[in-house]
Amino acid sequence: MTDEARPSHYRPPTPWRRRLLRWEVFLALVVAADFAFNVQLSPYFLSTETLADVSFNFTEKALVALPMTLLIIAGEIDISVAATMALASVCMGLLATTTASLSAIVGCGLAVGLLAGAFNGALVTRWRVPAIVATIGTMSLYRGIAYGILGDRVLKDYPPAFAFFGQGYIAGPVSFELLLFTLAAVLCALYLHRTEFGRRLVAIGCNKTAAEMAGVRVNRYRFGLFVATGVASAAASVLLTSRLGSTRPSIAQGMELDIISMVILGGVAITGGRGSIAGVVLAAILTGLAIFGLGLINVPGVVVSLLMGALLILIVGLPIVGQRLSRTRAWARLRRTQV
Amino acid sequence: MKAARLWIRLGGSRHDVGLALLTALLFVAVAARYRQFTSAVGLRDIFDDTSILILLALGQMLVMLTRAIDLSVAATVALTGMCVALINQAEPQVALPWLVLGAALLGAVLGAVNGLLVWQLQIPPIVVTLGTLAIYRGTTYLVSHGRWVNSGDMSPSFLTLVRERWCGVTFLSWLAIVGVLFTACFLRYSVAGRSLYVAGNNPEAAGNVGVDVGRAQCLAFVFNGLLAGLCGYLWVARYAVAYTEIASGFELTVIAACVIGGVSIAGGSGTVFGVVLGCLFLGVIKNALPLLAVSPFWQMAISGAVIVTAAALNAAGTRAPQRQRILEN
Repeated sequence: MTDEARPSHYRPPTPWRRRLLRWEVFLALVVAADFAFNVQLSPYFLSTETLADVSFNFTEKALVALPMTLLIIAGEIDISVAATMALASVCMGLLATTTASLSAIVGCGLAVGLLAGAFNGALVTRWRVPAIVATIGTMSLYRGIAYGILGDRVLKDYPPAFAFFGQGYIAGPVSFELLLFTLAAVLCALYLHRTEFGRRLVAIGCNKTAAEMAGVRVNRYRFGLFVATGVASAAASVLLTSRLGSTRPSIAQGMELDIISMVILGGVAITGGRGSIAGVVLAAILTGLAIFGLGLINVPGVVVSLLMGALLILIVGLPIVGQRLSRTRAWARLRRTQV
Repeated sequence: MKAARLWIRLGGSRHDVGLALLTALLFVAVAARYRQFTSAVGLRDIFDDTSILILLALGQMLVMLTRAIDLSVAATVALTGMCVALINQAEPQVALPWLVLGAALLGAVLGAVNGLLVWQLQIPPIVVTLGTLAIYRGTTYLVSHGRWVNSGDMSPSFLTLVRERWCGVTFLSWLAIVGVLFTACFLRYSVAGRSLYVAGNNPEAAGNVGVDVGRAQCLAFVFNGLLAGLCGYLWVARYAVAYTEIASGFELTVIAACVIGGVSIAGGSGTVFGVVLGCLFLGVIKNALPLLAVSPFWQMAISGAVIVTAAALNAAGTRAPQRQRILEN
């Protein structure tokens, strides 16, 4: 809006690359501070068992946060992720009452996630419903189907081997969950930052219509991202169900807001077009550490989310305040030199 | 034809007519089988049951008109409701009008926090309210120490006010009626009300004609907070209990009612009449399902299906020309 008002010798602010770097350094500092804080709190914090425990606090949410990052960078959003997790969990639980085959149970869960994501994608791309409206609707729909099928019952007939996904370790403190998340994070980072597909996502997020006119098959990308988010939600559902060992229709309730907070905390612009996987991974680790650290000093869950909410506003608001302060100072200097 | 043109001139839209017909059709279909649904008592009860949703949806509509969204309404309801319940429990002699006024003011302050963060810091509204949603809910826990305030702890007048009948209509319903009339007049006849539409319809153009978009958004948030605060008292009094998780997730029902009522998520369009119809549509469904012997567990899925269908139908009706879209992105 103020672009026309600027004098011709106005120099643009720091390039986005440097700004992005600064954001991640800032987050890394907060993570380090929280880590040091936790070490202070408990002498047992640095043991491998504890560190393994910390990873369970964020891996499931972070696994969904990765494709959600891509989706938000492309200018869309998916609020139905937690409901998709519940629906996938209910379907897996029902199948587990009839079969003990691991691949069938997991495959069923992933297929449900795929279908749920595809329906979201179809609503947004084919019927042109705004993503936030479409996924608020499907959130009720998927969660409602989960409640309708299961009512007040609990499903817990999972075969013993199913527990591996949420409770198993690969080597030392590295759990299966952590390994899966790391692999997914590397894949997403390569896709977003090192391929032309990733560049196109950013272009779509900056200006959808312009991207379309430049030859990007916008709807194909958006549909694909919704499907990917659905499948990732189902994968997270496998992990969560396996870790809890049971399914209720209220499973993962409210998790969508945690996941979106995580993405925003990672420096992704909610308006699309800007963000990095590294930032989101750091935000995920920060969330895990904070939840664990506050748990150590017996802070109840709802207060933890209060603090996370305050942290979200603070961390998003601070750079804006700083930017504004430095800009007014720069403007004052400019005006002085002109006079 | 003439009637239709008059309707459009009065601020109605074609979408509203369709929704009104659909709501009426649904109502008649249920009423054809179940007599008690059509009786005056049944009608009044449905309206009474929907009143809180209507009040909250009116506030949310103002916010959505300015191209913002408020996810923290339900948390605001919980916090103000808990505060008045605790005050009533500790000091039963405090007069009820002061409590109701206090609830509305507290809500307005909470709304102003949202509004100022959006206006002055220019943080996207969805981010701000996502944060304050957690903060307000957490504060509810902190002020109550996680305890419940049950009906026995509250004074009788505190609980019965919402059920008080004047001319056969409850106090709660009267509030909704007054709220609807006030919001309709505010949006139609006041400069501030018109500026909400301007701000959401095209924020850049709004700046050029002298409408401060941030200020309009802040105003909408304060008004929304005020209504949410009022509903905090109404909710606690109506359900006769206050605990940390009351109205949890209700913000999405409120947004859904607005969307069904034809309020655009992209701002700038929506009518009070449409929103009321959207609320009544959800209210009729909610009250009809038990009669039709549908398990309450399926209720959420059915309202989800309704939201998706309504949103898809609304989206099919609005197509912005491409030239405009490339500039607005």
